[in-house]
Amino acid sequence: MASLTIRNLVKTYDKTEVLHGISLSVKDGEFVVFVGPSGCGKSTTLRLIAGLEETTSGEIEIAGRTVNNLEPKDRNIAMVFQNYAIYPHMTVRKNIGFGLRTSKLSKTERISRLEEVASILDMTELLGRKPSQLSGGQRQRVAIGRAMVRDPAVFLFDEPLSNLDAQLRTQMRLEIKKLHQRVGNTIVFVTHDQVEAMTLADRIVIMKDGHIQQVGTPSEVYHQPANTFVAQFIGAPSMNMIPGTVAGGMVRVGSELKIGLGLALEEGRSVTLGVRPDDLHPGGAASLVEGKVTVREPLGPETLIYVETEQGEVIAKADGKSPPEVGEHVKLNAEPDSIHVFDGETGTSLA
Amino acid sequence: MAVVGTEIRATSESLLTARQPRKAANMGQIIRWLLLFAGGILMVAPIAYMISTSLKWPHEIYNLALIPDEPHLENYTYVLEDGRFYGWFVNSIIIATITTVSNILFDSLVGYTLCKFRFAGRYIIFIAILSTLMIPTEMLVIPWYLMSQALGWLDSYWGIMFPGLMTAFGTFLMKQFFETVPDDFIEAARIDGLNELEIWWTVAMPLVRPALAALAIFVFLGNWTAFIWPLIVTNSVEMYTLPVGLSSFGDEADVQWELIMTGAAISTIPTLVVFLVFQRFIIRGVVMAGLKG
Repeated sequence: MASLTIRNLVKTYDKTEVLHGISLSVKDGEFVVFVGPSGCGKSTTLRLIAGLEETTSGEIEIAGRTVNNLEPKDRNIAMVFQNYAIYPHMTVRKNIGFGLRTSKLSKTERISRLEEVASILDMTELLGRKPSQLSGGQRQRVAIGRAMVRDPAVFLFDEPLSNLDAQLRTQMRLEIKKLHQRVGNTIVFVTHDQVEAMTLADRIVIMKDGHIQQVGTPSEVYHQPANTFVAQFIGAPSMNMIPGTVAGGMVRVGSELKIGLGLALEEGRSVTLGVRPDDLHPGGAASLVEGKVTVREPLGPETLIYVETEQGEVIAKADGKSPPEVGEHVKLNAEPDSIHVFDGETGTSLA
Repeated sequence: MAVVGTEIRATSESLLTARQPRKAANMGQIIRWLLLFAGGILMVAPIAYMISTSLKWPHEIYNLALIPDEPHLENYTYVLEDGRFYGWFVNSIIIATITTVSNILFDSLVGYTLCKFRFAGRYIIFIAILSTLMIPTEMLVIPWYLMSQALGWLDSYWGIMFPGLMTAFGTFLMKQFFETVPDDFIEAARIDGLNELEIWWTVAMPLVRPALAALAIFVFLGNWTAFIWPLIVTNSVEMYTLPVGLSSFGDEADVQWELIMTGAAISTIPTLVVFLVFQRFIIRGVVMAGLKG
């Protein structure tokens, strides 16, 4: 177990810079999830930490030791790959034991270590099998076992659940979380799935275009998004963005004065109001936005309604039993403290 | 279960009935079969004549009947009792085996390097290797001979083997196969602490076994049947390989076809063994080499 520190990490391929100097500090035993859309640099960061790519500039420190110039094997890390990368010509036992080939443990210690890992992962019965005789979930468990057996300082997971079907993904997600609680290693986990990020992470790192957008606990990134990108990336369906301008200490949406901000902003400044569909409901006299219902998506206890407004389409949540009809004109309202205010140009949070 | 069984039967019956009209009407199919049959005869005829001739007396050689008038095994006794034949056989075995092992190791090593490492000039090297495939053996024989002469390799195993210890085709085949091995395997092994040579040997090579088997067959057969180069580079009868030795049965005036055919018949046995052992791989190997190129 160990801490991990990244300082001003830059990576360029040929002349294209894909990581623009990111810094992050991961505490000992912390579960950190990198999340972001394709091409945001999250996997590149992981591969730089693993030593599979060379850093262009910046520093990577594992357990207080700078590892920039060390080979992957000398960094005391283990990695689980998206397509498992378990060797098809070896049995489960050999695959898991493969990680111990270079260790200095005695043979008996190796065997007991291997058996310990197999029992943690509930795979003791499968040790004699070849990967082709395993299901997707079992294969991923073998890959995790191969990483665990070496007891590395840091575990790196590169989208390990993407190849599994939805049900298995949920199950493996839970298993990984339990595993972390049990062994307590430092984990860096990369995913593009925000639900995975929210459910697994102690802290989430949200990335876009080679920059870190925000680092925070799942609750922080959900409730206090640093900018409109984070606000829309985290949470499903994504946050509604409503443009407005500051007028007399209030925000004007469309032609009407709507809400008090409690923020001192200069007159005429353009802002974006962010409201999660969960917080936006039809009904009431006053309204933030109004428009015609175009689509209804019943979810059981609630119904999502898509409303065409002057400010664009917004999604709101209505009661599941008596939602407004398609075509009906609705006024949508939200509690003032559930409204996020962002700068109209830069998108950064003003709260 | 019973319901499912009935359904399957119903489906298979409908499939069978659906096929029947096509079967009856398809002239194209018949023509195709006839062409394949003719091709088959063309392939088998030389082998049949080889065996037939090996069972004939000298005076019967130019009688084209497939069944000899008086079949006998004297030729086999003669060839097998002739000490030279064993020497040639052993020479061929040694040369074909060493060349095969060498190709498997070095073609795959170069193919792997070209496929999995990024370095300057990689593509040019690959093209340069491929371009050697365009040069026919006949053109290379004289430079090879001059090299062998200068290095003192004439009339030696080394002289016979050196041009074939690595092949451009083998390198190409292996490179294409290594393309199918996901990089994750290699990176995982790198993290697990293997050095690059160990990764190649313990991780990558087992994943391309079908290609290795196909390559082994190609190289073994190619060297087993090689004629021109061994003929040129060897002087003494003891250094002959089987094909060269067999062709020496006889002189300008009198070619002893029955003995040549007997030797040839015996010499096909190892190639048959190699082929039968590896044949299930060869088709996949050839198909892959084609698809991936």
